[in-house]
Amino acid sequence: MPEPLHEPQFALHVEDLTVSYRDRPVLWDIDIDIPPGVMAAIVGPNGAGKSTLIKSVLGLVRPVAGHVRIFGRHYRDIRRRVAYVPQRSSVDWDFPATALDVVTMGLYGRLGWFRLPGRAERTRAMAALEQVAMQDYAARQISELSGGQQQRVFIARALVQEADLYFLDEPMAGVDAVTEQAIVELLHGLRDAGKTVVMVHHDLQTVQRYFDWLVMLNVRVIGQGPVAETYTPGNLRRTYGGQVALLGGAE
Amino acid sequence: MILALAADYTVQTVAMGAALLGLVSGTVGAFAVLRGQSLLGAALSHATLPGICAGFLIAGGRHLESLFAGAFVSGLIAAGVAVAIAGRSRIKTDAALGLVLGLSFALGVVLLTHIQARGGAAQAGLESFLFGQAAAMLRGDLAVMAVLAAVALGLVAAFWKELTLVTFDPGFARVQGLPVAAVELGLTALIALAIVLGLQMVGVVLVTAMLIAPAAAARQWVRRLGPMVALSALFGVAAGVFGAVLSAAARGLATGPLIVLAATAIFAASILFAPERGLAARWLRRRAERRRVAGRRVLRSMQALAKEHGDPAYPAERGMIEALHGPGTRAALARLEAQGLVRPVPHRPGSTPHWALTEAGRVQAEDRA
Repeated sequence: MPEPLHEPQFALHVEDLTVSYRDRPVLWDIDIDIPPGVMAAIVGPNGAGKSTLIKSVLGLVRPVAGHVRIFGRHYRDIRRRVAYVPQRSSVDWDFPATALDVVTMGLYGRLGWFRLPGRAERTRAMAALEQVAMQDYAARQISELSGGQQQRVFIARALVQEADLYFLDEPMAGVDAVTEQAIVELLHGLRDAGKTVVMVHHDLQTVQRYFDWLVMLNVRVIGQGPVAETYTPGNLRRTYGGQVALLGGAE
Repeated sequence: MILALAADYTVQTVAMGAALLGLVSGTVGAFAVLRGQSLLGAALSHATLPGICAGFLIAGGRHLESLFAGAFVSGLIAAGVAVAIAGRSRIKTDAALGLVLGLSFALGVVLLTHIQARGGAAQAGLESFLFGQAAAMLRGDLAVMAVLAAVALGLVAAFWKELTLVTFDPGFARVQGLPVAAVELGLTALIALAIVLGLQMVGVVLVTAMLIAPAAAARQWVRRLGPMVALSALFGVAAGVFGAVLSAAARGLATGPLIVLAATAIFAASILFAPERGLAARWLRRRAERRRVAGRRVLRSMQALAKEHGDPAYPAERGMIEALHGPGTRAALARLEAQGLVRPVPHRPGSTPHWALTEAGRVQAEDRA
């Protein structure tokens, strides 16, 4: 019996979220609302809790306080509308699997017990590989792929779920400029189709070009909203402290 | 002689038992190795010893079922304790596992000596679980083993996709809604089961090798998980049967250690000779690459000389090329000639041989790719 909807107008609604690790708060009193249909960046310095935020939204990290709703629902009731691209370094790429195998794993959660993926699942996985222009590498062992290709396989594994809300944890880490451009175009395509994209991002130079929504994080939420209003020198200084001198672009 | 052996009732029993052990430990070991849990297997196997003794004390005799049950339970308890230590303190997992291994094995040996000190004929033979005693195996034991093996393989088949995803990417598995904690517990239970199967034959101390060696060997030959598990199981069976038969042929050699040696030999052969990942294959690939680069550089240099002299077929003296590219030059020129990229040119006696680019060689030298 699902609970009544809470703040269903937001793709992601986070309220009072607090996560602590060994008595140290990693995230403190986080309130975030992200509307549907935007491409949102979560930025902040190292140790700001960006990955932890995504992980606690997805139930991978247990918060000590607060709650999260996705399209108004508890995550466990709405899993199928959510896809997740973890950091590439979170798995051992020497695992014996082909690119197609990994993408097919994106469908394991919705296959019932004892059911193995069949032709239909492989067809869908192949289509997802085509979306990231990796169809020629379907039979390639994942350890033989470059970093950018591995990242694209991970994104295809999320695409195959045909979700409405995508969480990506630093998908641009260690990929070349061409791949980064391809990923951005793909994600813009998802947004233009009405999906919501929430992404941990490191490169402030590209925030204004890639995103239309911004959450600035440093243990607490420093600022959030449309990029044009949020990407301000004041917010940058409060998020990054003295390091802000490095940043051009925001006048 | 082999035929006579194959007809021998005891040898048959031992070989079948060893095959069952290899089948299960090969299958389960593939997942354990991919998850980086080899040390968990070692700790768990040593931790079965106090359980064997407890099973003996509780049942009041050497009943295989109660010994196995005791071993299984104490192995799982030890694994749970190690996980709890690693999870709730700042001690790293390997240290926690090492601690539990030492603690539980010491406890087991104390219990073992206690049982032996009480004396009595029925007590004899528990120490055979340290290194295994295959000859003590009975046809009835085989039935117990077969049931356990069927349970283990059935579980792996039934939960194949859960095991796969939890092994490759547990975080993603949890986000997908898979019961990751339960799958991990189940996998630990399967490891315990494989170890229990090996206790009689290979013993507490060596049984971990049967989890690791076949799986590590299989990984060298395959590109996907399914074939890896199948091959690992096959290697396990082969090592088991080979060890059993060898020990019967050479009377007096212990079966368990021979099985482990056979498994390790398969591993050694795999790591040396597997086609893609093997050391020999890698060495050959590197040599081919070195030769390709050397040949290319020679071609380029000859092309440069030809351009400088305004003569596409300019005969370059070997000494000149050698001065540029060192001792591998003659072999490189011979390989280029075999490929039709250079040709020898008649030269004055007293000078070193001269070489010129062929038409194909000029095309190759211009190719920048």
